[in-house]
Amino acid sequence: MASRRFRGWKRARRFVLPLAGLGVIAIFISPYIVMAFDALRPSGEVLATPPTFLPKVWTPQAFQQVLTDPSFQNWLKTSLIVATSSTLIVILVAIPAAYFTARFTFRGRIAFLGLVVITQMFAPTSLVVGLYREFYDFNLINTYTSLILTNAAFNIAFALWILQSFFAAIPKDIEESAAIDGCGRVGTMIRIMLPLTLPGIVTAVTFTFIAAWNEYVVALTLIQDDSRKPLTVGINSYVTAYQQNWSQMFAASLIAIVPAVILFALIEKYLVGGMTAGAIK
Amino acid sequence: MWLGPALILIFVIVIYPAVTLVVTSFGKFSIIGLRQGSAGIQNYVNFLTSPDLGHVIWNTSVWVGAVVILTILISLGLAQFLSKEFFGRRFVRWAVIVPWAAALVVSSQLFRLLYDYYHGIINQLLLALGIINKPIDWLGNSSFIMPSMIAVGVFVSLPFTTYLFVAGLNAIPTDIYEAARIDGARPQQIYRRITLPLLKPAIFIGVVLNMIYVFNSFPIIWILNGSNPGFGNDTMITYMYKLAFKSAQHDVGMAAAAGIFNVLFILIAVGIYLRFVNWREGVQS
Repeated sequence: MASRRFRGWKRARRFVLPLAGLGVIAIFISPYIVMAFDALRPSGEVLATPPTFLPKVWTPQAFQQVLTDPSFQNWLKTSLIVATSSTLIVILVAIPAAYFTARFTFRGRIAFLGLVVITQMFAPTSLVVGLYREFYDFNLINTYTSLILTNAAFNIAFALWILQSFFAAIPKDIEESAAIDGCGRVGTMIRIMLPLTLPGIVTAVTFTFIAAWNEYVVALTLIQDDSRKPLTVGINSYVTAYQQNWSQMFAASLIAIVPAVILFALIEKYLVGGMTAGAIK
Repeated sequence: MWLGPALILIFVIVIYPAVTLVVTSFGKFSIIGLRQGSAGIQNYVNFLTSPDLGHVIWNTSVWVGAVVILTILISLGLAQFLSKEFFGRRFVRWAVIVPWAAALVVSSQLFRLLYDYYHGIINQLLLALGIINKPIDWLGNSSFIMPSMIAVGVFVSLPFTTYLFVAGLNAIPTDIYEAARIDGARPQQIYRRITLPLLKPAIFIGVVLNMIYVFNSFPIIWILNGSNPGFGNDTMITYMYKLAFKSAQHDVGMAAAAGIFNVLFILIAVGIYLRFVNWREGVQS
């Protein structure tokens, strides 16, 4: 009896599970589908009462307006500069630190790693008043530097955990034989270790880039000059008390999130490991 | 030398502002932010006796409690589903990632329109299905705004938590399940006696990390609550932010005092987290 029911379920699950999957996809994607449809209709139609799911008039107008808008170009430029620079800094800083903590036990190792966990958990949000005071005192309000440094510092942690697990997985013999063959520390690093940890580096780069790309609260606080705002802050000015250009805001939003979603999907399997500091494995 | 650059960056951007926060919390500031000498503990007194503090703490507790509990429960089911093999699973996993990868500001602005009284599709949908007979002012009505924000908070917290639990489920060896099945255990028994206990560490990590992330969460409340005056629906984080940068007083000192309490909350949560995961072993293995 039980086994017959089991067989019946086995046959049914081939259809039930993918159907349920379709339902889950619909729940997670549908808000963003509404966003895409709103970006593809005239701004006035977004504010129709009652709203319709499908656009009555399809038009790429909002995308054209956004892409030719000098403000949008500035925001995009800021986002690209800030995300790229902070990612570069994170990688340059995290690779040696990850290698060192993965290979050697030294005094203060635990303290250092504890400091990194705290950095990861604090997130700039809880420190934003202190950050504002610091950059105010150093006259760095409205600068790319302030955003780049903040994004770099708060993203060291993820990069460090990921890279550390990759370095730790490389057998010591490989390094030793490289040393015997006359490779120096730096030579071994560049020629042997980095190629072996490439997936880890790609993951760390992607994650840091997206985290900096999506950062909001620090930029909202430190940047008042419209031409230096990043996308996350800038796009909000399409919808204010004075103008309601929802389709332009959503067109700009889509330009901002589509690359992030694709990149995130590519590093999917490493995400959890980096966010939980190797706690579950 | 290996750790130097990382240490410098962490000191300049994390430790220094934390110290600045403490110093600021004892300072007196003009509206434009110029320091006008010491305030002693006046900022703390102002903060702790503020008439808004009570409901801000209440809002924070409801926000963090509801988002974390709902996220954990839904993620448990979703992770169970995603760890099964079926056609198209990869696409489902990609779909689940979307709210995680998309900037929180973008998702918040999107939900601001979806919830809109006149133009929002949510009211339209509920009206069409006959669930409500007149539109609801989701973000303007004080009894609906918190649940509406919580729903968005859960929506964007599900991806990380679900992925965490999928990793936890994958770590459970399959022979345990086989042995239980041979012994004649029913599916509910297997879930309650085997899966849940073995998933406990992942659940605990999920609870603590989500508490920290949800507590720190800023854009959802900032944007969905943006058109309401006062501090009626604020949590500690947005309350602190408004005190410092948006309220009429621009009281940086009082905001810093509030910030100290936020930092303490997170430090305690991190302490619990580190104790639990026994991370010394975790990071060495």
